[in-house]
Amino acid sequence: MKTNQKILPGFSITLGFSVFYLCLIVIIPLAGLFLKSAGIGWDSFYQIVSAPRVLSAFKLSFGCAFIAAVINAFFGLLTAWVLVRYSFFGKRIVDALVDLPFAMPTAVAGIALTTLYAENGWIGEHLAAFGIKAAFNPLGIIIALTFVGLPFVVRTVQPILQDIDAEVEEAAASLGATRSQCFLKVVLPSITPALLTGFTLAFARGIGEYGSVIFIAGNIPMKSEIIPLLIAIKLEQFDYTGACAIALVMLLASFFLLFAINLIQRWHAARSM
Amino acid sequence: MQSLDINCSWNIRFFHWFLIFSALSFLAFFLFMPIALVFNLAFQEGISVYLSAITEPDAKAAIKLTLLVAVIAVPLNIVFGLAASWAITKFDFMGKSLLITLIDLPFSVSPVISGLIYILLFGANSVLAPVLKTYDIQIIFAVPGIVLATLFVTFPFVARQLIPLMQEQGIEEEEAAIALGANGFQTFFFVTLPNIKWALLYGVLLCNARAMGEFGAVSIVSGHIRGITSTVPLQVEILYNEYNFTAAFAVASLLAFLALITLCLKSFLEIKFSHEINVSNG
Repeated sequence: MKTNQKILPGFSITLGFSVFYLCLIVIIPLAGLFLKSAGIGWDSFYQIVSAPRVLSAFKLSFGCAFIAAVINAFFGLLTAWVLVRYSFFGKRIVDALVDLPFAMPTAVAGIALTTLYAENGWIGEHLAAFGIKAAFNPLGIIIALTFVGLPFVVRTVQPILQDIDAEVEEAAASLGATRSQCFLKVVLPSITPALLTGFTLAFARGIGEYGSVIFIAGNIPMKSEIIPLLIAIKLEQFDYTGACAIALVMLLASFFLLFAINLIQRWHAARSM
Repeated sequence: MQSLDINCSWNIRFFHWFLIFSALSFLAFFLFMPIALVFNLAFQEGISVYLSAITEPDAKAAIKLTLLVAVIAVPLNIVFGLAASWAITKFDFMGKSLLITLIDLPFSVSPVISGLIYILLFGANSVLAPVLKTYDIQIIFAVPGIVLATLFVTFPFVARQLIPLMQEQGIEEEEAAIALGANGFQTFFFVTLPNIKWALLYGVLLCNARAMGEFGAVSIVSGHIRGITSTVPLQVEILYNEYNFTAAFAVASLLAFLALITLCLKSFLEIKFSHEINVSNG
């Protein structure tokens, strides 16, 4: 490898620029958050993050993100299955549209979902007939987070499903396995790591999501106020210390989830060898 | 026997259609209806109202600002993406995997935190505040802050598209070019770039969509000054909060158009050049 470094030019300049730019845009600003939080002191840090309003926002954010990720795990798997296994009219378009939540700005998704699920909206009016209030309620948060997390599970499970040999399933079937046995004992184990990865990605995205949620949530403190909004409110009140303390907890949570995803993928790589 | 077969296949076909129907209903409630609603409401009062909503001065200013931000942020991240993937995939050095992890970091940070970190760095109470004040430089609640926040959230797009592909392509072709007497720039432009052009375009497409559509991070650092620091997504929020729904959806439809065009081009690239975009597809 040493000789390669001599043959190809541009090592020091490209690496130097990359590291410089990375430090400027990502590392130094993020380090600033850690420095600022370190200056808060343990007691006041604990006081800030254990305030009832903050705690209830944490519970709401994590709870709604979890429920939305569960919904996405189920329907994402179903969608991936249908897209891989069956053919139907307009499949290509449906496949392309699955990425819409990645491409659509969150503010647009937010106002569209709010109008759709409000009491006089296309879907909301039918839900209201059953006494279900979707928008301006925690249920609305779950709806918005289901939207933003939707592509994660589909896009992680889809390639794995495509790679499963139909022959393995046929072999299982010819040995007398029923369809449900086939699915539970042959298909499901091989897609579990991908499903878990997709679930965790959707969950992590849901905790931090802001734009699509704030319109539909109603934003009532202690009831439908998510953590990112609470950070934004603290910033508007120039309470930088409070915003930092809450942001630090969120950041650590997302680093933990990132680590979990790495573990899942390592487990998957070790198993497939 | 035959009747049993037919029965069985009827059951299976029914089951297939039931699964397809369930998946499509789910997608209808969460994807198709929201996008249809945006265009429906944008045009509900007719084309002339639509046109005047997207051409009024504040909307025009927002469009200009969004284009300006994208024109600055996207090329910078392209240069970074190319430099980082050249260094990472063509050479061996210590801390390479740490560098790759750090490049992906902005994807796991909440948009609100992406804005917050720049307020801490450049805001009124920051260490840099006195310096900025002496030279009369405004970053937060101004265009530079919006550009910085956008740079942060779109940071990984190009690099993460190129690194796996260039890793797989190896260095033999570049070495041959150098051995035949090409210089570094010739090698890059005539050997490397043709090999990665579709993946690069793919990454740029996603980077641009996010740069033009980012809401959370930009909303934190912008200060929402109408006509001055309001990008298109922020303008949508302002109009919506003023109960000016038709105008809000008219402006939002511009972003929805952008999203649909991005998806079209993205699918086109995926179908046409899948091997040259993503190694895992190959």
